[in-house]
Amino acid sequence: MNEIPLSHILFISTALFFIGMYGFFTRRNMITILMSIELILNSVNINFVAFNKYLFPQNLDGVFFTIFIISIAAAEAAVAIAIIINLYRSLHSVDVNETSELKF
Amino acid sequence: MNIYPYISLIPLIPFIAFVLLGLFGRKYLNTLSGIIGTFALGVSAFLSLATAYQYFFVDGKVDGVFRQMIPLKYTWLQFSSNLSIDMGILLDPLSVMMLVVVTFVSLMVHIFSLGYMKGEERFATYYSFLSLFTFSMLGLVLSSNIFQIYMFWELVGVSSFLLIGFYFEKPSAVAAAKKAFIVTRFADLGFLIGILILSFHAETLDFQTLIARLTDPQSSQLLSITTASFLGVSMLTWGLVLVFAGGAGKSAMFPLHIWLPDAMEGPTPVSALIHAATMVVAGVFLVGRLFPVFVFDGAALIVVTYVGAFSALLAAIIACTQTDIKRVLAYSTMSQIGYMMFAMGVSGKGGEEGLGYMASMFHLFTHAFFKSLLFLGAGAVIHLVHSNDMKDMGGLRKYMPITHITFLIACLAIAGIPPFAGFFSKEEILLAAFHSNKLVFFVALFTSGLTAFYMFRLYFSIFWNKETKPHSDSHGEGPISMRIPLVILGAFALLAGFAPIAKLVTPDGREIETHIDVLFSLTPVLLAITGILLALRLYKKENDIADKIATAFGGFYRSAFKKFYIDELYLFVTHKIVFNLVGKPSAWIDKNIIDGMMNKLAEGTAKVSFEIKGLQSGKVQGYALYFFLGIMGLSALFIYILN
Repeated sequence: MNEIPLSHILFISTALFFIGMYGFFTRRNMITILMSIELILNSVNINFVAFNKYLFPQNLDGVFFTIFIISIAAAEAAVAIAIIINLYRSLHSVDVNETSELKF
Repeated sequence: MNIYPYISLIPLIPFIAFVLLGLFGRKYLNTLSGIIGTFALGVSAFLSLATAYQYFFVDGKVDGVFRQMIPLKYTWLQFSSNLSIDMGILLDPLSVMMLVVVTFVSLMVHIFSLGYMKGEERFATYYSFLSLFTFSMLGLVLSSNIFQIYMFWELVGVSSFLLIGFYFEKPSAVAAAKKAFIVTRFADLGFLIGILILSFHAETLDFQTLIARLTDPQSSQLLSITTASFLGVSMLTWGLVLVFAGGAGKSAMFPLHIWLPDAMEGPTPVSALIHAATMVVAGVFLVGRLFPVFVFDGAALIVVTYVGAFSALLAAIIACTQTDIKRVLAYSTMSQIGYMMFAMGVSGKGGEEGLGYMASMFHLFTHAFFKSLLFLGAGAVIHLVHSNDMKDMGGLRKYMPITHITFLIACLAIAGIPPFAGFFSKEEILLAAFHSNKLVFFVALFTSGLTAFYMFRLYFSIFWNKETKPHSDSHGEGPISMRIPLVILGAFALLAGFAPIAKLVTPDGREIETHIDVLFSLTPVLLAITGILLALRLYKKENDIADKIATAFGGFYRSAFKKFYIDELYLFVTHKIVFNLVGKPSAWIDKNIIDGMMNKLAEGTAKVSFEIKGLQSGKVQGYALYFFLGIMGLSALFIYILN
């Protein structure tokens, strides 16, 4: 069975990255923005695992990094959701455009 | 060797009193502060007397010579292995004598002020300033290092400034304080440059080493300072003349004397302490401290001589015309310090030739007593009359007998009538001048006649002349605390002439044999008596002879009354020349170039930030976009350009 070439996987991760980026820039709902960030992080995870598998199959560094990123992403999601809940309490909305207090 | 650990307490006790009264005086210790200050000074005075006894009579003398001792010294700032600023105590006959004079007069002034300043709102502040002054002055006389002396020198200037401006609600007092500070600061600039020149070439700041190096004909330091020259005058002379300029500023020598008469705006006991007995002789002290170097370089000593003699004469002439009693005393102080200066100037290195130095110190010693007595007496008079002008006084002998008698003693002392203190010291000065410089001798002789005349003009105008009744709410001579110092100082003015200064304070530490030559002293005494008789004729009874004589002198009298227009000259130079040629251009540069640069910079920043503030939209996604674009840019840079 032919192995899937590295470029295919990189293509997927790049697509995932830019989908996330697109969601990040265009969505107004903060929860959706958070989800887009998760997509971006996952695209990075795919890169790590793929490079690890294809370039240094005898090492596990990339996999470990992925595990770290997943756990940090979980923590970060918790913090972000806490922030969003607090914002919702004061603004009664989860629209990012409402949270423009910190301008000039 | 370390037998004097307690000496450091002598300046430190007034310092502690200063800190205590300065911090807590006004709030908690207001009425007590006078007692605290006086007590602290009493301890200091006792310790200095103990030091003097210990030094002069127990162990200061080795083989008939008073040696210099450094009982305490530690390095304060180390610049390099052989250059450091030390804090130390230098004991020699000069500093020990000054120690006694300063603490004693200061103690008298502290006691006098208990009565004089009573009820003053800032009583505690006054005492803390007095303590600060005493601390600085004691530090000055004990300094073992030329830089240390400079620091205390400035401290003395500051406390003098504070005390002159004590009544700061009076504009004239503020102006006087400012004038005193600026004039002495200007002189101190000379002092600082002088210090730098001397210590640069001598490669040390320590007095003993500096003097040793600059008077040793073999030393490389002396060679370097005498071969270097500026405008054809050797650097040694320049350094000494500049140091003397600093001394002349503090000691009110012509032409830097203009601050002293104005300084009389301060409280009278302050004038007695600072502007009569202690601070103003700091210049003489300084010349005395560097005396071996001054003698070694005759040229600087000639400057000292002529400045001193001219100041003595000029001040005596002006004193004859003034009507403010404190100003008369101020000019007489200047004149007497002129005496001390030229006595230094005509002195030789040691042995019999060191007579001038000894006489100068002797005069400093006796002058401290009778001049502070005169000022305190004047203070008592002003306390009673509430006026400084002698036209408002007269016939006061009935109301204040003690002040009258002590004032008379002081007048006789300053006029040089035997056996009062001033006679002996003035005699030595005249003798020293006679042996070395005839011109100065005749100036001094004439001045001593003038001195007797103006002092007795003052005396007769205050205590005789027309009858004036003091105010109905008069409190007589003042409280006992004002009378005691007068009596004690009166006793000293009577007896200080018998102090064996000739045996103790000489340039080389050896005794000088002195003897009173009756024939020689006849002339000055006769002159003094003539002056007194003239004053008696003119001022004892109310009459218009004095006015007629003044009119006869015409222009000369008027210009002397106006202090020879020296103040006006200074005003002209500062206002018209310095302000226009230096002040205004510098102000323009400061306003337009220095400030302008800053303003333009600030304006530019404001403009730029105004333009770009739209970027700070508060929209999170906008920020994220910038971030992303930035990353893209950097990636492109690293991948395509830097790679």
